[in-house]
Amino acid sequence: MPGVPLSWYLILSAVLFSLGVAGFLLRRNVITVFMSIELMLNGVNLSFIAFSYQWKQVNGHIFSFFVMVVAAAEAAVGLAIILTVFKNRSTLNIDEVSSLKD
Amino acid sequence: MDVILFLIFAAIAVVCGLNVVIQSHPISSAISLIGVMGALAVLYLLLGAEFLAAAQVIVYAGAVMVLFVFVIMLLNAGAEIRHGRSLIAQVLGIPLLFTFLGLMLYFVQHMLPGTPDVHFGGFKHGTALDVGRALFTQYLLPFEVVSVLILIAILGAVVLAQKEME
Repeated sequence: MPGVPLSWYLILSAVLFSLGVAGFLLRRNVITVFMSIELMLNGVNLSFIAFSYQWKQVNGHIFSFFVMVVAAAEAAVGLAIILTVFKNRSTLNIDEVSSLKD
Repeated sequence: MDVILFLIFAAIAVVCGLNVVIQSHPISSAISLIGVMGALAVLYLLLGAEFLAAAQVIVYAGAVMVLFVFVIMLLNAGAEIRHGRSLIAQVLGIPLLFTFLGLMLYFVQHMLPGTPDVHFGGFKHGTALDVGRALFTQYLLPFEVVSVLILIAILGAVVLAQKEME
């Protein structure tokens, strides 16, 4: 019974990461930009677990677990920041929240 | 069987991932992202990571995405308005992205020429027992530090949301 080559998992991980980068750069809604970051983190998690399988060690699972914890913390704080920005600016468009640039 | 399962769920993950980027309404993106996370949980199971598959469904697809959907509904976010972006982004954006993806695929293919095949059940040390043992012996200090990080995140979220209420 043929198995799946490990590189397929890494390719899938690279594709998901690239999709996350595309969403991060192309989208203009701050919530969607934030979701693209989560997509990138998920892609990286998959490669951690694939490498963990290759080396038959549990360490990759631990790193992936910590990434998940940090992503949850980041989502809580980031969405609170989005709420505050929306309260002050009444917009979710990141092009209109660029006063630091001007 | 392994290949079929991998291809099905990899296809689901990629299609939902594309949908996250393409959809113009944030709620459609959020639902697609839940699809990506569910498909990834199945792939984690195929790689022998039972504990992380469960954590993926509970923490990511459950808690984090509920938070996202809740905020989208709270802010009543509509479809985003797309207007002119810079010429450089229009001309170079997609080619640069494909260059980036191509470089990553090149490195994957050339740095890992002879990786072993993945068989379901080939790695049996991803259970809650093994992950917990590693977490509470070798990685005890990071675990405690991350608990402080979570505490700080909770306090930060409460402070920011309180400011929002006033």
